[in-house]
Amino acid sequence: MTSSEDQPLSGAILEQSALLTVKDLSRMCAVDERHIVDFVEEGVLHVVEIKSTEWYFRGEALRRTRLALRLERDLELNLAGVALALELMEELERLRRELQARRQ
Amino acid sequence: MEFKDYYKVMGVARDATEAQIKQAYRKLARKYHPDVSKEKDAEARFKEVGEAYEVLKSPERRAAYDQLGQGPRAGEEFRPPPDWGAGFEFSGAGPRESDYSDFFESLFGAQTRARPSDRRGAFHPGQGVDHHAKVLLDLDATLRGGARQLTLRVPEVDADGRLVSKERVLNVQVPKGILAGQNIRLAGQGERPPGEGTPGDLYIEVEFQPHPLYRVDGRDLFLDLPVAPWEAALGATVKTPTPTGTVDLKIPAGSHAGSKLRLRGRGIPASPPGDFYVILQIALPSADDDKAKAAYAAMAAALPFNPRANLGV
Repeated sequence: MTSSEDQPLSGAILEQSALLTVKDLSRMCAVDERHIVDFVEEGVLHVVEIKSTEWYFRGEALRRTRLALRLERDLELNLAGVALALELMEELERLRRELQARRQ
Repeated sequence: MEFKDYYKVMGVARDATEAQIKQAYRKLARKYHPDVSKEKDAEARFKEVGEAYEVLKSPERRAAYDQLGQGPRAGEEFRPPPDWGAGFEFSGAGPRESDYSDFFESLFGAQTRARPSDRRGAFHPGQGVDHHAKVLLDLDATLRGGARQLTLRVPEVDADGRLVSKERVLNVQVPKGILAGQNIRLAGQGERPPGEGTPGDLYIEVEFQPHPLYRVDGRDLFLDLPVAPWEAALGATVKTPTPTGTVDLKIPAGSHAGSKLRLRGRGIPASPPGDFYVILQIALPSADDDKAKAAYAAMAAALPFNPRANLGV
């Protein structure tokens, strides 16, 4: 059912909205909360705030979580492998951007 | 439909061992995984390899596939034999949700029936699963905001109980200032659970098509601006395109190739807004006619200039 005749659907930018909890990430990515906790313990995800034992993540954590899950599933990486892969990918990205900037 | 030679796809011999097949998969998956690969057709190749592995890694499916023999060559018209599947028992978890080829579906489609336990995240009956999609937008969508007709691929369980990738067209208001990699959250547009339940949400991750003029880096935009040698050396005011319209840009005297001029806050209107950088390129008028040649010769005579001084020549 297309909604091309209706008013366009509106949504907020997730990364500008409120912080996410473990439960939020677990639901959004359809995995156990335990999986999210494992990611934090391995350093794949970073908690930005802790309020009375509840962990909070920035909106950017959604993309990172989904990427980590894809690496786990598609490349059959274990947790430590995923953490390392993400770190290296970030470094690669940073270097590519710097190279691009220096080209100017 | 087209016959698929899975052994060829994986680059293994027909008598390859399970270990060899697994090794081949690992190598190819790393090479073509869309998240890490820079290869041209990475996504298509990755799907192809994934499908081949799905068949060859399971002894039952592999045996069934081998039965077809090498008769039809890859690419030739193919139809599964009428008694296909008779006597074979397939077990194990169904493959992950995926876009399988018609060839795969005709042979193994019956097993991709999603069981209730296959629906990842079916923890809460009555709670629809969240869906995710990725779209390619024109840069203008974030510069001005605006409605866009988006074609998304989302996973769905069809009438036969199969997990398939469905195309969905939505008219979405793109929020002004959204950056590449960020998500638009459409509440309630995810999976609709059967009966009365809360629908899940839909998250749309945004990427930008390359823009003819501007290069994007995070929230900043970059423009290569050609200027004449005298405009750079003596300074000038030149008309320059910017994301918010043409402006009269003041080129400071003494500029050179690569000089960067920053227009604060004129990048992507995120919060905080990015900057707009103009990077000067020196464009040389061609020395086609006598007048031009004379002008260049005069300049050469008037200016003692060795551009290769620091090369030691």
